[in-house]
Amino acid sequence: MKLPKLPAPPWKRAAAPAPDTLLLAEYAGPDGLLAAADRVRRAGWADWDAHSPFPVHGMERAMGLAPSRVPWYVLVLGLGGAAGGMLLQWWVSAEAYPLVVSGKPYFSWPAFVPIMFECGVLGGALGAVAGFLAESRLPRHHHPLFDSARFERASDDRFFLSLGAAGREEGDRALRLLEETGPARIERLGPDGVAEVPAGTAGRRPPAARETDEPPARRDVPPEDAP
Amino acid sequence: MSRAAADIDPVVGRPALVAGEPGFHGVTEAVARPVEWKPPAGWYVAFAISLGMLGMLGVSVAWLFWEGVGIWGNNLPVAWGWPIVNFVFWVGIGHAGTLISAVLFLFRQKWRTSINRAAEAMTLFAVACALTFPTIHTGRPWLDYWMLPVPNQMSMWPQFRSPLMWDVFAVSIYGLVSLLFWYVGLIPDLATMRDRAKTRVRQVAYGLFALGWRGSQRHWWHYEKAYLLLAGLATPLVLSVHSVVSFDFAVSQLPGWHTTIFPPYFVAGAIFSGLAMVITLMVVCRVAFGLTHIITLLHFDRMAKLILLTGTIVGYAYGIEFFIAWFSGNPFEQFAFLNRALGPYAWAYWIMVSCNVISPQVFWLKRARTSIPVLFVVSILVNVGMWFERFVIVVTSLHRDFMPSSWGYFSPTFWDVATLVGSFGLFFTLFCLFVRFLPMVAMSEVKGVLPEAKSHGLPPDQTPEKPERAPAPRPGFAPEPEPTS
Repeated sequence: MKLPKLPAPPWKRAAAPAPDTLLLAEYAGPDGLLAAADRVRRAGWADWDAHSPFPVHGMERAMGLAPSRVPWYVLVLGLGGAAGGMLLQWWVSAEAYPLVVSGKPYFSWPAFVPIMFECGVLGGALGAVAGFLAESRLPRHHHPLFDSARFERASDDRFFLSLGAAGREEGDRALRLLEETGPARIERLGPDGVAEVPAGTAGRRPPAARETDEPPARRDVPPEDAP
Repeated sequence: MSRAAADIDPVVGRPALVAGEPGFHGVTEAVARPVEWKPPAGWYVAFAISLGMLGMLGVSVAWLFWEGVGIWGNNLPVAWGWPIVNFVFWVGIGHAGTLISAVLFLFRQKWRTSINRAAEAMTLFAVACALTFPTIHTGRPWLDYWMLPVPNQMSMWPQFRSPLMWDVFAVSIYGLVSLLFWYVGLIPDLATMRDRAKTRVRQVAYGLFALGWRGSQRHWWHYEKAYLLLAGLATPLVLSVHSVVSFDFAVSQLPGWHTTIFPPYFVAGAIFSGLAMVITLMVVCRVAFGLTHIITLLHFDRMAKLILLTGTIVGYAYGIEFFIAWFSGNPFEQFAFLNRALGPYAWAYWIMVSCNVISPQVFWLKRARTSIPVLFVVSILVNVGMWFERFVIVVTSLHRDFMPSSWGYFSPTFWDVATLVGSFGLFFTLFCLFVRFLPMVAMSEVKGVLPEAKSHGLPPDQTPEKPERAPAPRPGFAPEPEPTS
């Protein structure tokens, strides 16, 4: 008998054509990033991300992020740790080395609660870290974004949006979408290296119009870098 | 309070947490400079002194392992002497880091961001010092596996009904969870250091531990959730750890130790001493490394208020111990406490009371809370007082027990003192290395509390529809409605 063919597991499924180009738009402040992210989400773009030196609040709404699954890791590993702690103490005190101490039963569970609690906290903490790393797909020491020298400022004072695109046509659509959001600068990271996209390539608005999108007089923009 | 610290944050209308409006880049520069530049001359002096003290620890411990615990003053009736006093002292110091990081985080006290990194590092180093003492206190550290539930050639297993076993688990798990909490908080800042690195060695060293962090909002989303949960786990943990340490005493039957007030009293004392140590270190570091605009008088003002609160709780506990000793009608209890205040160790008791209860009362005055010399002196006094608190609890309760024929008087030996001084050497050596090689302020968190970090929401023409997959806002936490005008 032939079994019906199961769908391939997620890691074997043929993904959409792998993006070969990254478009990196740079914004001076969190407001510009937030508005741009909202626009990109509503355009329905699939492969994109925002980058900032600190968590910008409201981005989860602007990006439409689903609730994080990290709490489930904490719950499962925390309860597992607590159960493991109690199990260890039961096995040691009642099975491996039964010894009467101050007339208590071998499995005198109230005395085992502190260690059970500590083991549960340990499991939960490991779960929080493991969940954070697993859900974020970290560690990942190499990423195409690191090719951009400007991107180093994502951990300092600048705000970025990156759109992945496969092929020339999709790349142009991504560029148009990004230009609508009025970034300070756009870079194209592709197989040919990193290059700045000059303003107006895809009907980009003139700089004077763009500046109105930015909040007025921010001190986080060093004057020489102002758009 | 200085004029700079009284700036008002234009967005939230409260005093600005960072003075002088440095901007995002200014924060990065200020925090990264001490790590990237040559440290000030004072750093070398402090590091040399710390290393010298660490050497004392090495010599004392080597001599201890060679000769045995006879080199210490511990002897019946005071079988628990300095090693336990020092252990409890260091564990207590190690509580402020998690308090500042986790408890204040849950209470949304945003001022914690300037000091939490250094306080967490201090916690780790204090726990390392604390763990030194149980490790060496038998003088036979190669038998330490007796404390762990591992199969062994004796076919014996630990006795889990003993608070001393609880202590093994509580303190080691506390150290581990503090390390995780500290490291998760460090990841974004390590990425900053990686991106600023000028040499290949620095780039690889910071890059390796930054795990390829690229500030992705999708990652921040999980990161913030994980950080919140770690804070939620660390808060009951920090309360449990010093409670368990107090059980070492409270579960015994000795007058002076057998008290139900011990767990909350120990926890308050631990936070009290840890905050004092944070103040001691920060008063020096903020000036030495040019961080006076990030760690402002506002932060000290609030820490001083916490010191006043916890110091007063400790004072209350001292009082209630005497009341219960009298109220219980137990002559042994009554004797133990009268002996504490009036007996041969009365000098230690009154040092403790004046340092811990009387000296923090100056913090009722705002001028004292914002005066660096007063803060520094009181924080040192509190540290001295809290060391004496543990000395009083351990030694005065033991030295005169039920039988006058077995009374004695404990005096430390040279090696007792050398080990204590050496443990300070370990602590300060680690702290010197920390401020030299890691950013001592959580840059990403400080940037998040700057006024310009607060998003003004989406422009009105872009907000009408609600994102489909976005989490529903919880009641009471809904964002401000957009102005309709």
